[in-house]
This record gives sequence, structure tokens and C-alpha cells, in this order.
Amino acid sequence: MNETSTSCGLESQAGIKHRTVVIQKHLLAKNAQQAECNRREFARHGLGVINLLSAPGSGKTKLLERTLDEFGKRYRIGILVGDLQTENDAVRLEGRDHPVVAVTTGNVCHLEAEMVALACAELDLARLQLLVIENVGNLVCPASFDLGEDQRVVLLSTTEGEDKPLKYPKAFKTAQLVIINKIDLAEAVEFDRAAALQNIRSVAPQANIIQVSARTGAGMADWYRYLEQLLQSLANKSAAVVPQ
Amino acid sequence: MEELMSLVDNAAREQNATSIEAIHLAVGELSGVDPQALSFAFDSVVQGTIARHAKLVISRIAVIAYCPVCSLEFTPPDVVYLCPTCGRFSQEIRQGTELTLASVEMTTHE
Repeated sequence: MNETSTSCGLESQAGIKHRTVVIQKHLLAKNAQQAECNRREFARHGLGVINLLSAPGSGKTKLLERTLDEFGKRYRIGILVGDLQTENDAVRLEGRDHPVVAVTTGNVCHLEAEMVALACAELDLARLQLLVIENVGNLVCPASFDLGEDQRVVLLSTTEGEDKPLKYPKAFKTAQLVIINKIDLAEAVEFDRAAALQNIRSVAPQANIIQVSARTGAGMADWYRYLEQLLQSLANKSAAVVPQ
Repeated sequence: MEELMSLVDNAAREQNATSIEAIHLAVGELSGVDPQALSFAFDSVVQGTIARHAKLVISRIAVIAYCPVCSLEFTPPDVVYLCPTCGRFSQEIRQGTELTLASVEMTTHE
């Protein structure tokens, strides 16, 4: 804490002073520190880590079910599932030979780096290649909390409308990848694909965009290719750091 | 909120404060925090603490984006950060993500 305390000299009675203490400290500094610890720990295990954000009902769990069934044949994946109250999402993902840990946050509407660190203690990180953190369904506060991930992925579905990026700019601006899900329903719900793409590109010019249907499997190969490239680039990076 | 109250509490203890008069926060437009929701939460968390009569003063910090092509800092009018000179999308945010406890005003007893 910065101790530049200044007395303003408003001494109304003997011994009583009014002072302004300058602090200048970011309120999420502790989370940022823990996130860096997580990041180092993940890197030590050569693990790729995805923080998956979306509004409720965009299909995060469905996307992960299919990812475990298909991409999980070639890679060992761990899943952390953040949920406010139930463990329903975690239950849907279990029974697949990939470890799943439920993180029930209670009243907290997002995951924090410390919750992730605690949940990771239940996983054998050394045996995993990819860790996917399914954040609490919410596009507001999860965007402010770094969990130590390599990549932040925002999922939006065609049933939510085209203007999500304009309403929740922070989530989209901090994402490396945006996945549009339920592309099989686009026509039925009159989803304006061109407008949605334009909104994503203008709010989040840094982000890659992939269009999928986790239900029919359309476009999922693009997502797996993306994950594969991520794991490959991390492997190259750690090979460059660790002398052979 | 928890972090805010613990910083305020530490400062109060170090200064031997008897009460907290005001808490000054800097909140960036892109901090992800809504000042109204923050004020609402503040009123409930200060109850029964040394800061129960404290005023919450929030300064909004505008977004400043940067265009590396034009070497230009600019304040975008909305969530689309277009460089006003070249029209390219900017990805570099120089200001506006703050969520900072700036200062605490308190009454102390010598």
C-alpha cells in the first residue's frame, strides 16, 4: 500500500484529524497474482488452457460433450465446470474417461483464479494435455477475471441475436476466439449471419471466428484444428525454453 | 467488494481511524463494472463496519484506444474502436480497464 498519507489540517477538536490516504491499488490485483501462479503451473505441465465464456444456454456444455467424444479420442482433456448452484453440467460431462471437476460458486457469478487453483488440486495436471474451464454462464463479470488461461473463448449462439458483441464488449474484446454455435438453427430463428460477423469483427478485431453446431457436428472440425494448433504452439514454446 | 473492504479496513487500522468519511474509486468504462450496481452493493457491504457512514465517490475513466499505424491515441465514441484518422480497428486499449481504490478519507484520533 502506498503510504502517502496527507493530513488536510481540518482539526475541529484537539487530537481529531481528517486525512486522505492515497492507496491506488487495483481491486483485482490479488486475482491477477493468483492467475499468474496458475499460468506458471499450467506451463510447467505443458498444458493448454481454455477459459470458455458465454451467456446461459449458449451450448457450452453441449460443445464440450462433443469435444470430449471426438477430440478427446486423441487428447486427454480435463474439464472444470463453474456453476452457481447445481452440478448438472458436470454430471452431463462425466463418465467419459476424462476427469471433470465441478466448481460450485454459490452466489458468485464468475470463477476466480483461486477457485481454479483449488479445483486443479483434484486433477492430475501432468496427465492432461488440455484443460477447459467452463465458466459460469454470464458474459459480464467473468470477463474481468483472468484465470491463468492461454486462450479465452467466447461462445454465442444464433438464438441469442446478432448484437451480443455490442452489448458485452469486454468479453469479446478480451477473447482470442469467438465460436458461433447452433448454426443449424440460424435460418429458423432468422439469424443474420453477416450482421453477427460484422459485429464481432468490429468489436473484437483480434478474435478468430468459428461457426459450429455442437448438435449436428457441423464446423466442429475447425474447432478441433484450432485446439490442435494451440497445443502444437505451446509444445513448440516449451521445447524452445527447456533445453533438450 | 471483499478486496475493497479489506484494503479500506487495513488503511483504517494503520491510521488508527475512528471512522471513514469517503472512499474514492476509479472505474474504467471497460472495467466490466457498472457504477450503479457497485453503489448498490457498497451500501450493503459497509453496514456494521467502520465505513458505514462513508460516501462512495466513483470517477469514471474514459476508454483511450491507440492506433499503431497513425501513432494516435483516441477516445472511441462507442464499443467499436475505429481510428478517426485511418479508419482501422484498434486492438490496443491504453486506458479504461481500471478498477482502482484511489484513496480513503478518514477521521483519525491522535
